[in-house]
Amino acid sequence: MTAKRGGRIVLEALDIEIGEGATAVVGPSGAGKSTLLRLLNRLADPDSGRVLFGGRDLRDLDPLEVRRRAALVPQLPALLGGTVGDEVGAARRFCRQAPEPDVEGSLSRAGLDPGYATRRSDRLSVGEAQRVMLARALALEPEVLLLDEPTSALDAAARDEIEWTLQNLETERSLTVVLVTHDRAQAKRLATRTIELSTAIPAGEGSR
Amino acid sequence: MIGGAVTLTELGVILILVAVAIALSRYRSVDLERDLMLAVVRSFVQLSALGYVIQAIFDSESIWLVCLLLAAMVAFGTFTAGRRAASVPGQYPIILFALSLAAALTLGLIVVLGVFPPTPRYLIPVGGIVIGNSMTAIAVSLDRLGDEVHRATGELEATLALGATWRQASTGLVARSLRSAMIPLIDQTKTTGLVTLPGAMVGMLVAGAEPLEAVRLQLILLWSLLGSVAMAAVIATSLGSRGFFTPAHQLRDLERPAE
Repeated sequence: MTAKRGGRIVLEALDIEIGEGATAVVGPSGAGKSTLLRLLNRLADPDSGRVLFGGRDLRDLDPLEVRRRAALVPQLPALLGGTVGDEVGAARRFCRQAPEPDVEGSLSRAGLDPGYATRRSDRLSVGEAQRVMLARALALEPEVLLLDEPTSALDAAARDEIEWTLQNLETERSLTVVLVTHDRAQAKRLATRTIELSTAIPAGEGSR
Repeated sequence: MIGGAVTLTELGVILILVAVAIALSRYRSVDLERDLMLAVVRSFVQLSALGYVIQAIFDSESIWLVCLLLAAMVAFGTFTAGRRAASVPGQYPIILFALSLAAALTLGLIVVLGVFPPTPRYLIPVGGIVIGNSMTAIAVSLDRLGDEVHRATGELEATLALGATWRQASTGLVARSLRSAMIPLIDQTKTTGLVTLPGAMVGMLVAGAEPLEAVRLQLILLWSLLGSVAMAAVIATSLGSRGFFTPAHQLRDLERPAE
């Protein structure tokens, strides 16, 4: 498949298969790592080619359901406001078909004390916000977890903690994880397979 | 001047104040002399032309000519607001629809409820005020909506990623855009009479009307405007926000138009 963003081709003639377990996607910035994640939960569509999920074309599935089954944790903190509990239960507010959120369970799986549920989400540190976003995604009980640079905004100690949380998640439940990172060492620590994207397409080429 | 009628001589005399403005602009090197003169000439030409048109419509007493004039105001308002709302995809038809509907509903209600008779003398000035204020509210709300969407891309996509529909994801932005469009008029309505005397009331007082009569007319206008501005902005932002998303609830990959 091929995908453009902002008029620039960021993924070209990509043909990959992501299996169960943990897969890391590495490559320099601009290589289309984030775009790939957005294609996997249909926040974007490829300009040519298709994305199959369990053998079915994503375009044939309900996009909102796809996003609940393949939950994305974005790179930058994007919290919706209110308490951490509201945050973790947000998906259920949007759709009655979303699972009843297990707020405390999701928080502890994301490595946060369940007491966080009553805290205001705009008073969190970056690391805490990252974990709340992880808990929010886990509350969807997804089959696939899409992580976009989950530790890029964190210091080494906070990074180690998140990595530890992620490793626990992988072993605890059969969750397919796609991890985007620019850190090859992290890819090696967290994933069993690595997909390498390169910046083959310089800016300017392939413009609309 | 007697009983509100102004002669051309009196009009000429008041240009002294424009001359003061031009002199001050030159004195303090503000460099607005040309703009000031252009403003004076344009206001004279535009308002005189409008005066002749309205006089002709008054003489004909044709409701169709009134509708034609109001339609022309809507068209011009659509064009003006559309340029301000350049960041909203497909803005022109949306603005045309919002402005027409808000104006038609407001004027229709005023006439049906018997507040004003459906004659040119009432429909033209009230229509003009309604369309003008609705146009501003639409322009402000859509301009703000475009800014909000471009600034909050991350938040929007994070919300969509949780399985929210585009409408759920954009609720907060739409509300903020509506607030920015409504607040100026609400504030103006709150402070009216304390800081400034509103235009219609000034006109009636100068023309010799009783103060309380002028107040009642002004209140009718202000309260009607609250309704029409709210309708116009809600319709425009509801339809305008849709254009930022695909039917599959994806944020469109839009390039920001040059400002």
